[in-house]
Amino acid sequence: MTTFALMVLGAPLSTQSAHTALAFAQAAVSAGHRIMRVFFYHDGVYCANALAIPPTGETSIAARWSELAQAQQIDLVVCVASAVKRGLLDSDEAKRHQKGTGNIQPGFELSGLGQWVEACLLADRVVTFGA
Amino acid sequence: MIKKSFLIVCRRAPYGESYAREALDVALACAAFDQPVAMLFLGDGVLQLSAAQHGAAIGQKSHATQLSALPLYDIETLYVDAQALQARQLDSTDLVLPVQVLAAAEISALFATHDIVLGF
Repeated sequence: MTTFALMVLGAPLSTQSAHTALAFAQAAVSAGHRIMRVFFYHDGVYCANALAIPPTGETSIAARWSELAQAQQIDLVVCVASAVKRGLLDSDEAKRHQKGTGNIQPGFELSGLGQWVEACLLADRVVTFGA
Repeated sequence: MIKKSFLIVCRRAPYGESYAREALDVALACAAFDQPVAMLFLGDGVLQLSAAQHGAAIGQKSHATQLSALPLYDIETLYVDAQALQARQLDSTDLVLPVQVLAAAEISALFATHDIVLGF
């Protein structure tokens, strides 16, 4: 049993990496390993966009990550600096900048790079997707 | 406290994409957690260190100025690919910080000697 920390840097739709990361996480869990934290950085923050409406018959990547995280107790952390400059705001940031109510998918949390460094230190393996 | 050695690999030029700034932020975060960090600049990444950059001309903060924070965080181990410099007609005197210029074989060795390698 290996614990993993994953970093996702690619946006869904524009890159494969966002999808590969999710598939990797699902495969790792099925094989009995543990994903302790997934950190969304650079364009990877777009994976947390609650406003992305998928084509009919598909589930949004945000919902799929959220579902996996809830079932497996995985921390989904979105870099607050990367997110805010790309228009991904939680309700606190939205209020702070007076920009409506926020658009982060439930299950994802905005936080800092300290969460990524900590994950690197605690996990057995670190894997990055999309850079 | 757990310590792991981090190698931050920078392969992209500054300004056009945000990877350069984001790589720097990761390096600073590692240092803030007292982790040993080195940075490796490959390909267009060497342009991040060029003294001849003028971010103000395109309304952006100079990336070279951002990099000058590295010694303040005790990040002083900066490696640069010799071939990347040569291909861009640069040498270490054209750069804003002191660097170690490495040949390809020496660069390969770096990947083996760091616990965590993060590429941007």
